[in-house]
Amino acid sequence: MTTSFDFEKPIADLLQQIEKVQQIAEKTKVDMSGTLEELNQQLNTTREQIYSNLTGWQKVQISRHPERPYTLQYIEMMCQDFIELHGDRTVKDDKAIVGGFASIGGQTVMVIGHQKGTNTKLRQFRNFGMANPEGYRKALRLMKLAEKFNKPVITLIDTPGAFPGLEAEERGQGEAIARNLLEMSVLRVPVICVVIGEGASGGALGIGIGDKVLMLEHSWYSVISPENCSAILWRTWDFKERAAECLKLTADDMLKNRLIDGIIPEPLGGAHYNPAMMGGILKERILNELAELKNKDIDTVVTERINKFCAMGVVVE
Amino acid sequence: MQPYSIEMAWFKRDKKGIITSTQDKKEAPDGIWNKCPQCKKPLHYAEQVENNYVCHYCNFHLRIGSAEYFALLFDNNEYTELYGNLMSADPLNFVDTKKYTERIIDSIAKTGLKDAIRAAHGKIKGQDIVIACMDFNFIGGSMGSVVGEKIARSINYCIENKVPFLLISKSGGARMMEAAFSLMQMAKTAAKLALLSRAKIPYISLLTDPTTGGVTASYAMLGDINIAEPEALIGFAGPRVIKETIKKDLPKGFQTSEFVLEHGFLDFIVDRREMKNRIASFISLMNN
Ligand SMILES: [Zn+2]
Repeated sequence: MTTSFDFEKPIADLLQQIEKVQQIAEKTKVDMSGTLEELNQQLNTTREQIYSNLTGWQKVQISRHPERPYTLQYIEMMCQDFIELHGDRTVKDDKAIVGGFASIGGQTVMVIGHQKGTNTKLRQFRNFGMANPEGYRKALRLMKLAEKFNKPVITLIDTPGAFPGLEAEERGQGEAIARNLLEMSVLRVPVICVVIGEGASGGALGIGIGDKVLMLEHSWYSVISPENCSAILWRTWDFKERAAECLKLTADDMLKNRLIDGIIPEPLGGAHYNPAMMGGILKERILNELAELKNKDIDTVVTERINKFCAMGVVVE
Repeated sequence: MQPYSIEMAWFKRDKKGIITSTQDKKEAPDGIWNKCPQCKKPLHYAEQVENNYVCHYCNFHLRIGSAEYFALLFDNNEYTELYGNLMSADPLNFVDTKKYTERIIDSIAKTGLKDAIRAAHGKIKGQDIVIACMDFNFIGGSMGSVVGEKIARSINYCIENKVPFLLISKSGGARMMEAAFSLMQMAKTAAKLALLSRAKIPYISLLTDPTTGGVTASYAMLGDINIAEPEALIGFAGPRVIKETIKKDLPKGFQTSEFVLEHGFLDFIVDRREMKNRIASFISLMNN
């Protein structure tokens, strides 16, 4: 692991200690396996402790870890025969949203997701996972294609928001997202959405209307990022930790408020700590959800999807 | 998403229902005068009402609320308000510089409104219509659970009673104090509009100054026809955010109604003084 967080300092310290003991053992040829085992146990306990008591802001940090798996990596880990499809047939191919047909557990699905880059150059190429209208329109085109051939849709959400650019406004960023919300709510195939990292506002929701909306354990989902929330409500970025708490953006809070349908556990230390294991867990969950949805007739699925979103909100009468 | 702007609305309704500006109010012997925010010329209150709150001199469309739009559009200003008792809860116990509950109570006291939208059933040139209209004075016209729920119920009402639906948007976007609950109102209203569309009931979306953020990215852009008042700010991201992102000045007229029309996202722009005629004639064409 190349990047570690402030709150992981006890873990980093232990790792350092273990390395030192190993070096001493090697140099002096003294058997220190007892000490090492003790330290490793301590490491595990510390990791468990830290990762089971994360604050909202700490989860936001984990969700942005540069080594966290992104959509294409998940597709590679979970699927066979992925055929990536490009373009919205109107303007261009948006690199911040990818998608295509693939086979998962022997069945064909349409997988669509935000894509972030894995190095500086690719991060720019992918526009940091911030889609333009043509990204949302490509996603809709692919969903309609899936509907035509009766294949379920799986979306993987990971975006700091829809891109706030000049061309994005010219080409109707608002209309593109709005259209997806409407069309996805009545799409006549099962739809499973998973927030795998950042779920920021309309940019996330634009591919987020599903029969099952799930969140990875350390992902976040809200109307705005904690930094921007802090900037607007407190007029400074200094309140981002506080804003993260206020927004109730963690998977636990979102489930408690019945705004999502479930949480997918991550390996100890986060998805980036063991991507292969994370891919396995996600694949298994998707297959289970698909099996459940396939048992229902599509009219029921769509009606339940609409009713679920229409029940969201709290008012006083 | 563009969150609500804390900028003061130019107009406030006082307890007598008279429109006055906070800064530019001048008591004259025969009534109240305002300065037009655009051309700065004095406008007499009675003249504003008479001219549908449009400046005589420069055609600037003054910012008005649901009461004024209802008076403008419903025959004889007669209507039945729908779901008027809905009020915001505080599901997240949100506290920023102020408690959300206090913010709501203060806004209710200040505006005489229950939340940022009102809905009503009435007639426009003798034809049934349901109008839902946002109020910018209530926490920047921000979209929280009440806005979503009232729109959802109004759509149900339109489907049950087979009545066309007009939604007048005027909003800074999401209500941050309801966080993800606010976000999901986009999904909720869009899903309901899919059902309205399936029922083949006309939906007119009227965008007024300003319409931004999550409102633009949901119901405001989903009309069978999208129309707007002249020179309104319409966009998804706020101009300031875009400017900071692209690190360039924005072109003149960017994100105005005229710009949005030119790029193909509006059907037409309607002057407020012709609004009732244009909307009534569209509904008449759909009905006959
Ligand atoms: Zn004027």
